[in-house]
Amino acid sequence: MATIGETAYYVRSKNAGPFWVTVDIFCGDKEVFEKISASKSVSKEKVAEVYGVRSEEVKIFYIPNLNVIKISYPRLVPQGQKYERDMHAGQQYVQISELEM
Amino acid sequence: MNTCKVFVPYGALGTGISDEAFANGVAMKPDIISVDGGSTDSGPYYLGNGKCKYARSALKTDTRRMIVAAHELHIPITIGSCGTCGVDEGVDFMEEICREILEEEGYSAKIVKVYTEQSVETMKEKLHAGKIKPLGTRVEVTDEVLDSCSHIVAAAGVEPFIRALQEGADIVLCGRATDTAVLACMPIIRGCSEAAAWHGAKVCECGALCSTNPQNGGVMLTVDETGFEVEATASNSTCTPYTISAHLLYENADPFFLVEPGVVVNTSEAVYTQLEGGRVRVENSKIARSEVYTMKLEGSGPAGYQTITLVGIRDRIIMKDPLGWLGRLESFAQNKLDRLGFDRSRYSFTLRPYGYNAVYGGKAPDGYVPNEIGVLLTVTADEQVLATQIAKVMNPLLLHFEVEPNRPTPSFAFPFSPAEVEKGKIFEFKLYHVVEMDDPFELIRMKTVQVNGKECDA
Repeated sequence: MATIGETAYYVRSKNAGPFWVTVDIFCGDKEVFEKISASKSVSKEKVAEVYGVRSEEVKIFYIPNLNVIKISYPRLVPQGQKYERDMHAGQQYVQISELEM
Repeated sequence: MNTCKVFVPYGALGTGISDEAFANGVAMKPDIISVDGGSTDSGPYYLGNGKCKYARSALKTDTRRMIVAAHELHIPITIGSCGTCGVDEGVDFMEEICREILEEEGYSAKIVKVYTEQSVETMKEKLHAGKIKPLGTRVEVTDEVLDSCSHIVAAAGVEPFIRALQEGADIVLCGRATDTAVLACMPIIRGCSEAAAWHGAKVCECGALCSTNPQNGGVMLTVDETGFEVEATASNSTCTPYTISAHLLYENADPFFLVEPGVVVNTSEAVYTQLEGGRVRVENSKIARSEVYTMKLEGSGPAGYQTITLVGIRDRIIMKDPLGWLGRLESFAQNKLDRLGFDRSRYSFTLRPYGYNAVYGGKAPDGYVPNEIGVLLTVTADEQVLATQIAKVMNPLLLHFEVEPNRPTPSFAFPFSPAEVEKGKIFEFKLYHVVEMDDPFELIRMKTVQVNGKECDA
């Protein structure tokens, strides 16, 4: 079965301030947007499990006019904490990218 | 109809623009040149020690272009979040650069400086009055947290920019400000739609990032009484409804509601239309007044000192189970440090295998065997000397720790001599909250200076 990363046009992640991370799934077209949206692979529960946060803290936005699904979640520790792994959260999208559809 | 053109040459002051794209922007006859000078995006270090991220020469080059163009067009400039983090020292640093340029060019100018750095005492009063609220963070604010901050800044809204421009400022240098306020102020003064001014400012705050060629050029934001238009100033770049609306996703947890000092902007029903010449028009942005005026607070303070060591490993046995080997090395090192009498409460360390799972932290895929890994030792201690001593104790282990019990001693690959690198003092974000107030100017100080003229205090 294909992953989200293989299906979507582009997936990226970035800090949204020092305490939040946001992941954008650019689906490319309406068909893929509807396919990923319908697959239920992106859910608050799944995102919470992937990043170790609480599901009620996860925000998911479906933006049909851009064919984008946007996921935002709070960092477990603030950006730049002494043992930071990803200062700009630029590589945190990979976990979402590898989710099975 | 009231209109206002805001030229945004750079996504951040110091990042540059091509001569052609800058000249095109100037030729469009803007009413103001506005740029954001900072952010928290590069981590807590800059706010923690109050230093600037960009090279001084790059800042001066970018600022000179703005000042020269503004002088020729008889228009003002606004620069927000001076010196990356927006501390008072950053504002004065930018003033010094502006003074040098004005003297070199032989110009006179009225500079209005807007300081937004906050004292711990003022913030304690606000905290005790129940006026500091979390901004989606898990971090509690206490007196101790405030005391631990080396710098605290509050992000200004449009009000101080508007006051400065109405007082005839040629150059407004603001400490920490929201990226949008720096751009939205002039359209609001000119009587344009406030909703369009804020929404347009949000789209253009990163310069050409909202165009098809983000690496080159700037953008022109034209706001009027019913909406706004954006066009790229580089000839090889255009804007489309997609690039314009997609920019609201960038570094933004919520793409539809933008909370700014005093207002909430709603972009969810905005209508984006492609116009000729690579321009995009946006209408139907909405705005609502906040019940309480708030400013965002950022605080950063010291979190110890670090020393790091990097070692490369290719051993075939270790590659089959890097985490098992690192676990044994870590226990051995901890025992050795304990025996040598190092107090665990004064230091900590991590060993992370780059090329295996250092960025992710979770489990590597089943059966994954790397070709080589770089193990990064990071020691954090309450003194630099101690961090380095810990790293030195670990040095022979990182060079020679046994691959398996009772096997000949291996040697691993250090890229440096000495192997230890002192990183100096490190910082952590301590605050990311909002502070409530009745008056937008309560936490702001403004100072006017006339360059090549009479010095006066406002």
